[in-house]
Amino acid sequence: MTRKTLLAPAIVAVAALLAGCSSGSGSSESDGPVTITYGIWAGTQTPAMQEIATAFTAENPNITVKIQERPYPEFWSTLQTSAAGGTAPDAFWMLAQQIRPYAAGNQLLDISDAVKEQQVDLAKYPKAVLDLYDQGDGKLYGLPKDVDTNAVWFNKALFDKAGVAYPKAGWTWADFRETAKKLTDPAAGTWGVAAPLDYQGGYYNSIFQAGGKVIADDGKTAAIDSPEAQAGIRFWTDLQADKSSPTLQQLSDTEAETMFEQGKVAMYVSGAYWALKLYDNQAIRAKVDVAPLPTGVKQATVTSGIENVGYAGTKHPEAVKKFLLFASGEKAANIQAKSGAVLPAYQGAEKTWMNAMPEFKNLQVFIDAKAYSVPLPVQGNAAEWQGLQAKYLTPAWDGKVSVADATAQYADAIDKVLAENG
Amino acid sequence: MTRQPARPRTSGRIDWSAYAMIAPAFAGLAALYLWPFLSTFLKSFQTVPVFGPGRFTGGANYDKLLADADFWGALGNSAKYTAIVLLGIPLAIVLAAMIQQVARGRAVYRVLFFLPVVTLPVAVGMVWRFILNGDFGLLNYALSLIGVPGQYWVADDRFAVYAFAVVGIWMGLGVNLIILGAGLQNIPVDLYEASALDGASRVRQFFAITLPLLSPSVFFVTILTTISALQMFDLVFIMLGSVNNTALSGSKTIVYLFYEAAFVQFKQGYAAAIAIVLLVIIMIVTAVQFAVQKKWVVYD
Repeated sequence: MTRKTLLAPAIVAVAALLAGCSSGSGSSESDGPVTITYGIWAGTQTPAMQEIATAFTAENPNITVKIQERPYPEFWSTLQTSAAGGTAPDAFWMLAQQIRPYAAGNQLLDISDAVKEQQVDLAKYPKAVLDLYDQGDGKLYGLPKDVDTNAVWFNKALFDKAGVAYPKAGWTWADFRETAKKLTDPAAGTWGVAAPLDYQGGYYNSIFQAGGKVIADDGKTAAIDSPEAQAGIRFWTDLQADKSSPTLQQLSDTEAETMFEQGKVAMYVSGAYWALKLYDNQAIRAKVDVAPLPTGVKQATVTSGIENVGYAGTKHPEAVKKFLLFASGEKAANIQAKSGAVLPAYQGAEKTWMNAMPEFKNLQVFIDAKAYSVPLPVQGNAAEWQGLQAKYLTPAWDGKVSVADATAQYADAIDKVLAENG
Repeated sequence: MTRQPARPRTSGRIDWSAYAMIAPAFAGLAALYLWPFLSTFLKSFQTVPVFGPGRFTGGANYDKLLADADFWGALGNSAKYTAIVLLGIPLAIVLAAMIQQVARGRAVYRVLFFLPVVTLPVAVGMVWRFILNGDFGLLNYALSLIGVPGQYWVADDRFAVYAFAVVGIWMGLGVNLIILGAGLQNIPVDLYEASALDGASRVRQFFAITLPLLSPSVFFVTILTTISALQMFDLVFIMLGSVNNTALSGSKTIVYLFYEAAFVQFKQGYAAAIAIVLLVIIMIVTAVQFAVQKKWVVYD
């Protein structure tokens, strides 16, 4: 064999490698048919999202929307790396506690011009949710897709068995604690309530109910160690001390929501987003009901919602903007509502959502809760300081450290994070 | 030193065709290993925002790392895990020797032990999480039958690292058995026949023939196991399930700490420093193993 014949295949191989790297780019913005991707995390909402994508293409035959599903915690690590690498989905779901670095890093598409052009009425969306995403830079990165408030899911069968009256609107913290105690039956292996270490569906609500705050109004320091906030946390540690709840270890092995579905706990405080999952479980559908959160010093629930946002690096910004307005608009809201998967942010679809699950008679409590809702605290690098909760608050839940000491240490840690990227 | 003459050179000319032939492989290596390594190394000296370029801050990341109690805790957990997983090697040697004795169906045993290796770690982690569940798990049920109180194996940081290690040994056993099994087959049968004539027992044969002649394979397996154990991440990630797991703070491994810094807290510079420190640790441990092997590995 001569040298030349050896060289040729090598060159071909290198050329193929290089070609492989560059394929995929090329096609540019035009009126031709385009495909955009829509990144969501896996769950009960996927069929509704698929339906929204189909409905959008029916209106815009030139734009195909491909759903890209990722399991929940990995959704964020994948999104971060793909955005940095220029391959993020064209449109995707965003959470208020995650948006800050993406907005600050210019990774999100500003859709304010499209919103103005299409005369989207922002009053149709919950102000609390819009505010959560407001970065104070005069830009609009997305529109709310859904809204969530919290309430108490409860298992009627366990209440009947213990001879306890169902919870009613206007019940208090003391009622709640007493009810949980009465429902606990160690012999049967059932507990009155699940008291996990959960911020959005758990202790943030009681902190606000006690008149406290998680972060001070200036957004620069933690307020979780204030006497009011401590009282809000004691709401949960008391339930643990009473042994009215499985321990945190038990809730680590089997999540609170699963325990509730298995009929192991009688009450579970959480959001409207569980409605469809509970409804789809034939074993417990007839037993499940829902009541408003108990009142502390005042009534309160934290509220948040997913926003549909676009990727600044998209090759089809106009198509993406069109899709974002559609996916957060009235038609999409009705599709979401009909599926029951989630309470749409767009005003007017609430009835449709409730009617999707006719056997759940009291879903109205989630809608009523909007009246006394407080925005989820998401200051600074929220994902980071919220991620520290297990380290600092677990000992308080376990009764090994006083709430005062645990919150003081946690507040210091939060202050440090807020100072770093304030 | 032998007196072999130097190899004759064809000419002083550089043989470009050789470079061309390794170019595809090198391009892949450079793009997938060399470049990421270099950029990680540079990032470890920078403060890097989530998006966009970082700015050099000297050794700040390393200073912070050495003062971070979580880092030392994770290092301790990784060391503990590695130490226990290494105990699986004697087990693998004995099992490999036993399988070698099996006259028929040897392959069946190998396949059975190898199955966990080709199973997705995620699936393995999920199944073990069910087995080790404190309230409903199989293990605690089995223990209750013999009157031993159960524990929250994967929710209690006193036990979680040991739980990982048991699963880690089980997962790694298959590969080790294959390597050791190949090593066993290279030992000449006549050595056993001769020693049997001299009246050596099976046990004596194992220690006098099998073990010394198998030592290169054992050394290889030890190196591989150490490196992969120090890099363990998936079992923590899957078996502890969620970030609120009560065992997580106390049983993070060093790579889990890296994951958390890079992908949860968005601190890429700090994460890069963790990765570099882990690399240095692995290099030192491997170098020590190579130095010590001269004392116990027999090459013929």
